[in-house]
Amino acid sequence: MSMHISRRNLLKAGGALVVSFAVPLPAFSQGANTFSGKTVDTGEVDGFFAVNQDGSVTLFCGKVDLGTGLRIAVPQMAAEELGIDVKRITLVEGDTDLTPDQGPTAGSSGVMRGGVQIRQAAATGPGVQPPCGSGLHARSPAELIAAEGEVRPRSGGAGITFGALLGNRHFGLKLDPKAKLKDSASYTVVGQSLPRPDVPGKITGRHLFMHDFKLPGMLHGRAIRPSSVGAKLIAVDESSIKEIPGARVVRIGDFLGVLAEDEWDCICAARALKANWSDENSLVGHQAVRDWMLAGPFEAEQSLVKKGDARGVLAGATQRVSAFYYWPPQSHASMGPSCAVADIRPGKATIWTASQATHRYRHAFARILELPPAAVRLIYLDGSGCYGMNGHEDAAADAVLLSRAANRPVRVQWMRADELGWDPKGPPQLLSLEGSLAADGSIDAWRTEMWLPRATANLPNIALLSPEAAGIKQVPGISFGLITQNGDPSYAVPNVDVSVHWLKHAPLRPSNIRAPGKVANMFAVESFTDELAALAASDPFKFRLRGLSDARGIEVLKRTAALIGWQARSGRSTSAIGRGIAYCHYKHNENYVAMAMEVEVVRASGRIHVRRVACAHDCGLVTTRMRCARKSKAISCRPCRAPCSKKCISIVRASPVPPGVAIRYSPSPMCRRFASNSFSGRTCRHGAAEKPHRRRYPPRLPTRSTTPAAHACAPRRSPANACGRRWRRATRSRCGGRACFQQRENASNSSAGTGLPAR
Amino acid sequence: MPNYRFSVNGESRSVESRDPAQPLLYVLRNALGLTGAKFGCGEGQCGSCAVLLDGKVAYACLTPVSAVAGRTVTTIEGLGTALKPHPVQAAFIAEQAAQCGYCASGMVMKSVELLAANPKPTRDEVKAALAGHLCRCGTHERILRAVARAAGAAMPGGTGA
Repeated sequence: MSMHISRRNLLKAGGALVVSFAVPLPAFSQGANTFSGKTVDTGEVDGFFAVNQDGSVTLFCGKVDLGTGLRIAVPQMAAEELGIDVKRITLVEGDTDLTPDQGPTAGSSGVMRGGVQIRQAAATGPGVQPPCGSGLHARSPAELIAAEGEVRPRSGGAGITFGALLGNRHFGLKLDPKAKLKDSASYTVVGQSLPRPDVPGKITGRHLFMHDFKLPGMLHGRAIRPSSVGAKLIAVDESSIKEIPGARVVRIGDFLGVLAEDEWDCICAARALKANWSDENSLVGHQAVRDWMLAGPFEAEQSLVKKGDARGVLAGATQRVSAFYYWPPQSHASMGPSCAVADIRPGKATIWTASQATHRYRHAFARILELPPAAVRLIYLDGSGCYGMNGHEDAAADAVLLSRAANRPVRVQWMRADELGWDPKGPPQLLSLEGSLAADGSIDAWRTEMWLPRATANLPNIALLSPEAAGIKQVPGISFGLITQNGDPSYAVPNVDVSVHWLKHAPLRPSNIRAPGKVANMFAVESFTDELAALAASDPFKFRLRGLSDARGIEVLKRTAALIGWQARSGRSTSAIGRGIAYCHYKHNENYVAMAMEVEVVRASGRIHVRRVACAHDCGLVTTRMRCARKSKAISCRPCRAPCSKKCISIVRASPVPPGVAIRYSPSPMCRRFASNSFSGRTCRHGAAEKPHRRRYPPRLPTRSTTPAAHACAPRRSPANACGRRWRRATRSRCGGRACFQQRENASNSSAGTGLPAR
Repeated sequence: MPNYRFSVNGESRSVESRDPAQPLLYVLRNALGLTGAKFGCGEGQCGSCAVLLDGKVAYACLTPVSAVAGRTVTTIEGLGTALKPHPVQAAFIAEQAAQCGYCASGMVMKSVELLAANPKPTRDEVKAALAGHLCRCGTHERILRAVARAAGAAMPGGTGA
């Protein structure tokens, strides 16, 4: 008998995730909660796998697919080790009752850590004790291998199918961190470009997104936020929504929400409800963040890298350059505003969420609800691309408070303004870089000084909006990932000094946003490397190559140069077409990526036209080639980071040579401007989370010289508030809150200030 | 409560709405259970809610249900299924033209409208047609290839890895 329950129906039944199982394992209860009670221990093979009698496998993954293909990549890794067809694996992801806690899906760790852990569990699996009389009984695990759906002796001979081996019973094995993995040279599944299983549903409108999920008896809810951060709720006029049938107000302290049976009624009620809030003025304003960062208060000073005597060498240097880089707070600005459904009943909570960190927030919600963690279950459903911690968890908290108040399931869908105004933002970063050249033109000293908010040590999670408004105690603090990494160059420099001034606060509630901190740091470091190359009158590609000794780094740099057809130039160009190249060894211990770009400034309009982009990427073993290319693009094209119109450009070729993947982007006339998510680069009003602040500039700067220099990105115009000679707004998209600013001052000579890296 | 009758994906449907200004999007997603059209901005700026209204793209988030009475609505669900996709959907699937996929149904609907009017669009024409549709993940080039594939055109820019 075969039982197939669709994901959608199963979820509607209020139970577990996908099940496609012939005979449920006896230890598990029947029906929708087929797997309830299973172990979620990361040290147990049973935490990750359940094998059905027909040999099909359910894989329980604590990491989730955020649209970059983990849903196929991790099953590929498991299928390879288990020796079964990847189509026979069903993935359950991010359900706190069913999946082991593998940490949040962040920092590109889904495959690298989550997948690797599951691979090891899969490699342990064939070590299960074969039944007596199977012919394998006397063999040790090391003598067995999984292939073609069965476990068989490595030396050859008859095997036994997984179904026969494990049907109706658990593995009962501790995950063996030393279980022998298959030789990657023998891989037949890993490395294939298999299509993502979720794409057909997404393209035909039938994929179940978080936003599409409903429960019987569910109410629609909206949280009402004040117009200023920190405002207190003074009064609510509940009669203002009395015309709307079924609409009711929920007030808990300063948390204000509305509920209605019908979503449109709920939206109407949220708009109509009259509430008086205190007028707070807690924000410094977009333009003043740099001043604010420089002014402190500072919590600590820290030296991150100290090698040689950078300060001493710089003080005596004759060939010296310095620059300032500022990275503003950024919204995740997801296409679909955050959404969640919560069903809070006495002693029990079930929360459907698109959170990247369901296991972490299980504990957070347990604290908020004063329930034991075991009574709280978070179930992951796909959201709109989030690029870090956006508003998913906050929307879930809204739903939790409203559901608890109503004693019914509640769905909360944030509106566009909620998402852009209230999602936690990427933290601002300010960097001052200083470098000098030796007589032979190599870099002999490098100094990076950072101004950054300081993450709170051991913070369990970022405090959520509605519990805070409701006066529910949460651990105070801020967190946003490791934002200091890659603040020093990957190139050989004998004297390096990297230090940080840790700020006590952040101007807006911060959270992790893609590759936390590293994008800004790499942007500064690589832009500054161009400054030094220009000072040395050296070709930027050769200048970088000269400083590299890591063979893998050299390889990606050379391949990138070859892909774009790099032609060495030194000195200043008068052409409106320029080229740049950049290199990154992520965290100095992960991926190697190099990227080159050819851009043109359209003189008439001042617009930047990206003509070509080339990228070579060595990320180690490639699980799914197509996924790798997609992920490279996703990372490099994170919204509104440094040169971000790469998102518009195609990948045309992947390197056939493992490991790694080389990608060339085609000549593309479509990238008319930076920082746009549209095909045309039309103005987008999204993102206007903050009003521009009209405070005067320049700020006080620990400055040296004042030659203004526009950056290559988009020297469109000087800012309206006359930043002075030192500061110049270099790049600003019209995407409001997603605008990029980048400033620098240049202490060498004006030849470096051409806008484009001098060639 | 006022009642509005219109055709959805070939079937005549009748829905009640207290408010004649209720956007079609909420009627589709809630009353009719058709969740393929997505809520993105509610302001007609992102394109993720696009449906065909009498064959032309309309933003369901801005279209009052009262304005749809007597007319014909086609949603992404009305085009095809995973097993029997519409040619444009088949092209999007073949090109794996989705990352998070939230914008995908709007992209498909606009592409269907475009190809009905212009079966052999140039790349620039496709870009111009899709200019009102945002993607935050960076799938633009795959989408362009998908539309080219649906139009039977040569694939500019290779196979994508």
